[in-house]
Amino acid sequence: MSFQDLKQNLAEVGYVASDDLAMAVHLALSLGRPLLLEGAAGVGKTEVARALAMVRDARLIRLQCYEGLDAAQAIYEWNYQRQLLAIRAAAEGGHTGREVEDRIFSEEFLLQRPLLQAIRQEVPPVLLIDEIDRADEEFEAYLLEVLSEFQITIPELGTIEAVTRPVVILTANGTRDLSDALRRRCLYAHVDYPDRSSELAILQARCPDIEEQLALQIIGFVQDLRKEDLEKVPGIAEMLDFAAALMGLGIADLTRDPVVLQASLATLLKTETDRANVTTEVAQRLAGKAA
Amino acid sequence: MSRVTKFAGRDLGPAARMSGFLAHLRANGLRLGVRETEVALQALTYVRAIDPEQARRALKPVCSGCAEDIARFDDLFDAYWCNGGRVAQKVMPSSQTSGSDSVHSSRDAKGESAGGAGQASTPDGGEGEAESDGEGKLIATRARNLMRKDLRDLVPPEEIAAAEAVARRLGAALRDRRSRRRKAARKGDRLHFRRLIRQSLSSGGEPLHLPMKRRPDRPLKIVALCDVSGSMTVYARVFLAFLAGLMRADTSADAYLFHTRLVRITEALRDKDAMRALGRMSLMADGFGGGSKIGASLDLFARSYARRFVDGRTVVLILSDGYDTDPPEAMAHALERLKKRGCRILWLNPLKGWDGYEPVARGMAAALPHLDLFRPANRLADLAALEPELARL
Repeated sequence: MSFQDLKQNLAEVGYVASDDLAMAVHLALSLGRPLLLEGAAGVGKTEVARALAMVRDARLIRLQCYEGLDAAQAIYEWNYQRQLLAIRAAAEGGHTGREVEDRIFSEEFLLQRPLLQAIRQEVPPVLLIDEIDRADEEFEAYLLEVLSEFQITIPELGTIEAVTRPVVILTANGTRDLSDALRRRCLYAHVDYPDRSSELAILQARCPDIEEQLALQIIGFVQDLRKEDLEKVPGIAEMLDFAAALMGLGIADLTRDPVVLQASLATLLKTETDRANVTTEVAQRLAGKAA
Repeated sequence: MSRVTKFAGRDLGPAARMSGFLAHLRANGLRLGVRETEVALQALTYVRAIDPEQARRALKPVCSGCAEDIARFDDLFDAYWCNGGRVAQKVMPSSQTSGSDSVHSSRDAKGESAGGAGQASTPDGGEGEAESDGEGKLIATRARNLMRKDLRDLVPPEEIAAAEAVARRLGAALRDRRSRRRKAARKGDRLHFRRLIRQSLSSGGEPLHLPMKRRPDRPLKIVALCDVSGSMTVYARVFLAFLAGLMRADTSADAYLFHTRLVRITEALRDKDAMRALGRMSLMADGFGGGSKIGASLDLFARSYARRFVDGRTVVLILSDGYDTDPPEAMAHALERLKKRGCRILWLNPLKGWDGYEPVARGMAAALPHLDLFRPANRLADLAALEPELARL
């Protein structure tokens, strides 16, 4: 399979990838290396994993990172309540300590968290480690180990080897610098806001019944809006919300009704300053240019 | 598009060319190891490698590690593979990387390379031939003061003792950042279930003893950067005494001087003899009292040492008046980059103590949005007064 095929397949499930991104994903699959995606919020980094899972007809396992994320939430934990009950029940039944111990530290009582789940699937899943830069450095170091060995050691059970190697996709949006070690273990792709034609393709893939004229206007408007000096630049999801809002309101032409346009900007602009900066005049100018 | 490079007949084949390409990238500041060469070759087997566009696309995710690399990759690729026998586009190494050669992966994250352990500009013997810069790393500077000042004349021993006490108190105030992970502890706020189950096995499932866990306190590390340019001479005494005290009070702290260059003085200040430490430091502070390049110094710091020493549990303490000969954007960029390491940045400005002072120095104004705390300090007492503020960080 070449990267063009992959790009085609991604497009069929509704993800319009740039050539660079398609190539990066293609290589990640071929070389079996993790792929690190960086880019601003709302450019569709997470969506890559979802689309890829659909293309490969594989399970998507997602690990959302946050500060303080630890082994109990990322890898495994014992089901303590059940263990306690089992010990009590065993005591009634007169089992020996050894038997009880073997029993309560068995698979039956293991709660598998995303990383452990991911390496134990029969069909290689897509493992999405979202916003890795939010997790702290200890976790990053641990993750490196898992990503290079693909095995996890549980003291009570022993080492669990990967049945299949998951396709690993990591995303980051620059909350903090990632370590060089992690960067070097991964293939890297930078995801940008899509250009006019790709964004139009995305809109048409997601809202098939949108009118051509309106779609063009929406894309032109959003693309120009991104060039304005904004605190929070609207992403693709915002653009889709905006389109949905306009379609819901039955608008066929952006320039026709300034009041409605201004109201529907709520889907694109998410801070007070941005709302204040994009006045009716600015919005009209952008809409006029897009028309 | 420019034609594909013609390689000489004695060339050793694709593998050698690829390692040549990676060496070319390394020389231009990309951080690549030996393994990348292997992966790059492997990657080409999965695409139509004879198509230059595909090869370019395939090598890009392998050879770049951050957005900046991506932006430069196309030019570097053209310069090596597509120059058609002549240099079509000359790729200049970016000026930011030229200051340090830390980019070579074999010396990964080593900071300013000539120094290694930080004596980038220690004169060779430490005495005698002190007129020349030991490692031969002379960077052009604006208004470098060649007069050497002996810091021992500047800082009397009793002040070091006082500063040490202050530094110790400040260190203690900073020492307290709650970790978000929980660890087993005698007194805690949550049950340590894993241990509980283990222990209750012996009592037939009856949890007789309740082990607890809590969020431990993790120490914050202090990294201090002291400006010793001409405009700071009057205050240098206090600050240097403070640094000397800090180093002696806190074994994890780290200290740097900058004027037109950046020098790591941690090792020197750790000398057991306080006066000898100052002596060693004054050898390093050559250029003391000269011009100031705050932006460039901070930028070099953010790119080199900070990669090693600064993380989310670090407080970066900058002691400077903010009068910079570099454009203010340079300083803002450097601070922004530093901030991305997740650290807190404190700026202590001696001028701020003056009545009616406004941070009008353009550099200072540009820096303000990136600072967590901006305070006056020109006497030891001012530093001591910071204690409650630091505790709140």
